[in-house]
Amino acid sequence: MNLIATGNHAVAYGVKAARAEVIAAYPITPQTQIIEKLSEFIERGEMGAKFMRVESEHSAMAACIGASACGARTFTATSSQGLLYMSEMVFWAGLGSFPVVMAVVTRTLAPPWSIWNEHTDMLSQRDAGWIMMMCDSVQEAYDASIQAFRIAEDRRVRQPVMFGLDAFSLSHTSERLDPIGQEEADAFLPSPDGQWKVIDVQEPATYGNLVGPERMMEIRHSIMERVKESAKVIEEAASDFGRVSGRKQAGLVEEYRTSGAEVILVVAGASSGDAMDAADALRDEGVKAGVARLRVLRPFPSERLRETLKGCRAVAVMDRDYSFGSGGIIGHEVASATGVRPFNYIAGIGGRDLSVNDFAGIASDALRRAEAGNEGGEIWWGMKGYQEHLP
Amino acid sequence: MRSLTDEEYYLPGNAACPGCAAVMAMRIGLKVLGPRTVLVVPACCMSVVQGYYPKTPSKIPIFNTAFAASAATASGIRAALEMKGIRDVNIVCWAGDGGTADIGIQSLSGAAERGDDLIYVCYDNEAYMNTGTQRSGSTPEGARTTTTITGKSEGKKDVPGIMIAHRIPYVATACTSYPLDFANKLRRAISMKGTRYIHLLSPCPPGWRYPAEKTVAVGKLAVETGAWILYEWFGGRCRLTGPSSGLAERSKRRPLEEYLGIQGRFSGADPSKIEEMKRRIDEEWERTIALCKG
Repeated sequence: MNLIATGNHAVAYGVKAARAEVIAAYPITPQTQIIEKLSEFIERGEMGAKFMRVESEHSAMAACIGASACGARTFTATSSQGLLYMSEMVFWAGLGSFPVVMAVVTRTLAPPWSIWNEHTDMLSQRDAGWIMMMCDSVQEAYDASIQAFRIAEDRRVRQPVMFGLDAFSLSHTSERLDPIGQEEADAFLPSPDGQWKVIDVQEPATYGNLVGPERMMEIRHSIMERVKESAKVIEEAASDFGRVSGRKQAGLVEEYRTSGAEVILVVAGASSGDAMDAADALRDEGVKAGVARLRVLRPFPSERLRETLKGCRAVAVMDRDYSFGSGGIIGHEVASATGVRPFNYIAGIGGRDLSVNDFAGIASDALRRAEAGNEGGEIWWGMKGYQEHLP
Repeated sequence: MRSLTDEEYYLPGNAACPGCAAVMAMRIGLKVLGPRTVLVVPACCMSVVQGYYPKTPSKIPIFNTAFAASAATASGIRAALEMKGIRDVNIVCWAGDGGTADIGIQSLSGAAERGDDLIYVCYDNEAYMNTGTQRSGSTPEGARTTTTITGKSEGKKDVPGIMIAHRIPYVATACTSYPLDFANKLRRAISMKGTRYIHLLSPCPPGWRYPAEKTVAVGKLAVETGAWILYEWFGGRCRLTGPSSGLAERSKRRPLEEYLGIQGRFSGADPSKIEEMKRRIDEEWERTIALCKG
């Protein structure tokens, strides 16, 4: 059965199919529709989960952690300010190895207030021990929300997973959605074995008391190994879900016309499709352009990207985020992971529109700079100049 | 006390300071709660008292959580156990006064408003003792701490009153020097469902500056001078308990100076400050008596 659904509702359908057991959440635009829909499923008796209407995002993640510690399958969703307010517990989940799943609708951080799209909120949590995915369509948001639980709960991983949806351009945009049947979902994602539980009155243990310097490194090392190992698990989940759904799934990186490309746009999120349209347009004009879409940001797909970018004359990394005093976050990661010196385009900040023409312009600009002998650099794309913003 | 089990759930060899009243109350509390209990502990003295991983003094599962998050974490545990069909387990937050009156009050209020099925015990040593005695919202007026070196100018936050305002099934105050009174209140709390709150005054030798062996005497003086009132509130009614039930008349109470004088944290409080403290205590009694009269 095909539906027309928004990205937000697609996530709710996915989480329902995944049979999440405990959902704790707090409203925030543009995420709220996810939890509204889930709450509706539960109140109508269509979904057998506990829905906790908590008083803050900090408590939402705390409740998910408490529930996960009992072996339950848990979910929450948030955005921007909410994610930052939750941040202490985001790290608690990651460093505690609780396989919580979270949808993050990426949104600009205040001040000044803005509800439009940017990725800095989600990327600010990149060191928390979570697996991080970015969705490029309504369908992929649905697919990711089921795969995320399988990846998180896999015994080789046992770490939380967050997946990002661009504010409005994905969260509120309606597209065709092909859900899988409940039987297929159950086969792909069996009910949780709860083997990660740490709270059990039959086998009492103290969880999380003081650890001295003589043991902490090994605990962190084990998280490092499992997050690294998750790359394989993500690929397996994508391939199995592809079989179940009959739709090809991107694993770590989706390559689009990268073969023989002289310029490659490295992108993440919902505007990836526009980048691909731009590559088509450029190819029509005889410019060999391609796109490498990062579906997964943690673990960062270093090896795969190194292969993809090999022999390419110009690499243009798109960052809809910024680390002040450093640069585009993904730009830096690509540079350090691949050894390439990319042209790092800071664009779409605060939700500024990014069109197919922009992507085509960026690819051409990067190629021109490379031909002029430039070796990478940071370019703020689409600036209007400061004068216009003065009162 | 004979009615309590001989079984020990919180063992010697823990990392509590000598004379720690809070850990004495933990020992009694766990005897009442029994083995089908999960403790949720935020950052506080009790997170250090557990000692170093992989050892623990507790035979009851303890889940350590972030400072502000104990009630929400406990709510999540309850939700998961309900989903798993496990219903006969006490979920108990055991939190300090900073983690309750200050940074944790939002999550406590949220859980209480939702009526989540948990018992919350605030052991109140009236300052951030774990970090070396800084002022909290629960520090009483006049007490010197490392962030109020001339004595706190504001009064103590009335957290039990705040919890009564949430109209939860059970709210009580207690003091570690009256373990039977505390045990009875915990028993009554266990017999109910929903959010239940016990505010337990826990004298602290290093923080209040008195010799460790005086820890019971100090708590008794807190009650006998009327500085701390023992009561329980449920079913829309409040009643005084233990020694407090005979202290409604001011003349029956021992002079406040006896309580202030036995500890170092109030030293240097001038007579006008002490009068102000007495005035606050009288007001507290008036409020509590009015609550008891309904």
